Amino acid sequence: MEISRHWRLRKQRYALVGEVCPHCEAKLFPPRDVCPECGQEAKTLYNFSGRGEVYSFTTVYDAPAGYEEFSPYTVALVKLEEGPLVTAQLTDLGEQPVQIGTPVEMVTRKLRSDGDERGMLVYGYKFRPVLASTH
Amino acid sequence: MPATRSLPRPVAIVAAGISKFGAFPGKSSRDLFVEAFLDMESSASKGMDARAIEALYLGNFSSELFEHQGHTAPLIAEAVGLTPIPAVRVEDACASGGVALRQGVMAVASGMYDVVLVGGAEKMTSLPTAEVTDALATAADTQYEIPAGFTFPGFYAAIATAYMHRYGMRPEHLMNVAIKNHENGALNPNAQFGVSISDWMQSRIAAAIKKGKPAPTWQNVWDFLHDDSANPMIAWPLRLFDCSPITDGAAALLLVSAERAADYTDHPIYIIGSGQASDVPLHGRSDLTTLSAARNAAQQAYQMAGVTPADIRFAEVHDCFTIAEIVATEDLGFFPPGDGYKMAEDGVTARNGAKPINVSGGLKSKGHPVGASGIAQAVEVFKQMHGLAGERQLKGDVSLALTHNVGATGSTCVVHIYERKN
Ligand SMILES: [Zn+2]
Repeated sequence: MEISRHWRLRKQRYALVGEVCPHCEAKLFPPRDVCPECGQEAKTLYNFSGRGEVYSFTTVYDAPAGYEEFSPYTVALVKLEEGPLVTAQLTDLGEQPVQIGTPVEMVTRKLRSDGDERGMLVYGYKFRPVLASTH
Repeated sequence: MPATRSLPRPVAIVAAGISKFGAFPGKSSRDLFVEAFLDMESSASKGMDARAIEALYLGNFSSELFEHQGHTAPLIAEAVGLTPIPAVRVEDACASGGVALRQGVMAVASGMYDVVLVGGAEKMTSLPTAEVTDALATAADTQYEIPAGFTFPGFYAAIATAYMHRYGMRPEHLMNVAIKNHENGALNPNAQFGVSISDWMQSRIAAAIKKGKPAPTWQNVWDFLHDDSANPMIAWPLRLFDCSPITDGAAALLLVSAERAADYTDHPIYIIGSGQASDVPLHGRSDLTTLSAARNAAQQAYQMAGVTPADIRFAEVHDCFTIAEIVATEDLGFFPPGDGYKMAEDGVTARNGAKPINVSGGLKSKGHPVGASGIAQAVEVFKQMHGLAGERQLKGDVSLALTHNVGATGSTCVVHIYERKN
């Protein structure tokens, strides 16, 4: 049985691999194979830099099943420097309060504790604040 | 911009009914729909013969997950004695009811049918809360949003965060919506939490005293709503009282062509505007402080109806969370962007205000059986326009109204405009 393109790309997607439209240069994440800007086929893979800033966020206190060990945790819409918004959990926050506009970068982390038993994704991207360089 | 459409022929609501909303361990969605159907039959002022009904459009989000029952529409039709009419289930998450109404409107307007039953039903409380949360999460993007740990309160909280950042709203402002909708719901005998927050607080104090525990020291509802033990944080800045509940319930409407309306009532409620639009998940949007599908659907409905937001006398909007009502009142053009929270604070959206919003108590207090909510909004419009709303009956002109029903975080929105012409 042929494994679908969707399935083969699944792991890459969770490593922030998207697509770029060969017709209009639009960067797509999540990848969807049809460009939402110009409506044409867009299957060229594109590696996002993983850098961006917090566009909006919330701190979840009432965690769903599989996420209890992280509660309370902060999830955000991150605006990637290439343009698209990504939905992701923030990590390594320390004492610094999150704000809209906080610069963040992608890291790979455990996403949920019950992934194996439920056949769900266990590891994937999260974002952490970009540490201010010390001079 | 969508082209202006018109209905090929007029469509009217001539009867409307609703079940009690709440948690009913012994009742299935079928039982609840029968309750709504019987209430609808009794509302037709000249009586009605159910054998005239030619088709059923039923809003239901997820009977598979909630009740382990698929293929729901024929079973519901059978439960109210309508076999063998065509029975169609409509699913667009929490907008399933509003979209079912729109399908019914199109079916009558097209001339295909003269008498159509539209309804909504959802039985949600038989699952543990965590599984209800899981079921509701399937209305979001389960590949890209849910793995991050987002929940529905989380999505709307992110909308609230973006809104606060842009317009200077504070979390306290959201509480005005909850206080108002519970005050309205306290006057609605079908509401799940038909009690004002002030009375809720008093009953908590009384219960503590009765048990011999130290009485809480809340001086007013603001103290109560700021107390983490009484009103826990769910997803900052949203607390428990910012969220609509998990609910069992059903609602039903009878739609007919204009020629047939006089058989049922002397006061048909015409549906003069209908609009619907879709949108990408939150992560594909350029602005989180507005739902573009709501603006799009509203524009279609206003153009079809030939009316403006200022003409609307009252509205039932999709307040699944308090922030959603504030954003809705802006998306519908009632107030400019950034003013919605001030209007809630100033009482403009109160029952005695200039633009009453969610007189029924809204999803917040009346309850949110997701597939039924869009139909229940239209039931409230019918009751208000027929003077059947009891203690919450609006005074003055109620001849033009609007309903706004949202699926998920606005991936679907459907808007209807109603007029009582005589
Ligand atoms: Zn393109």
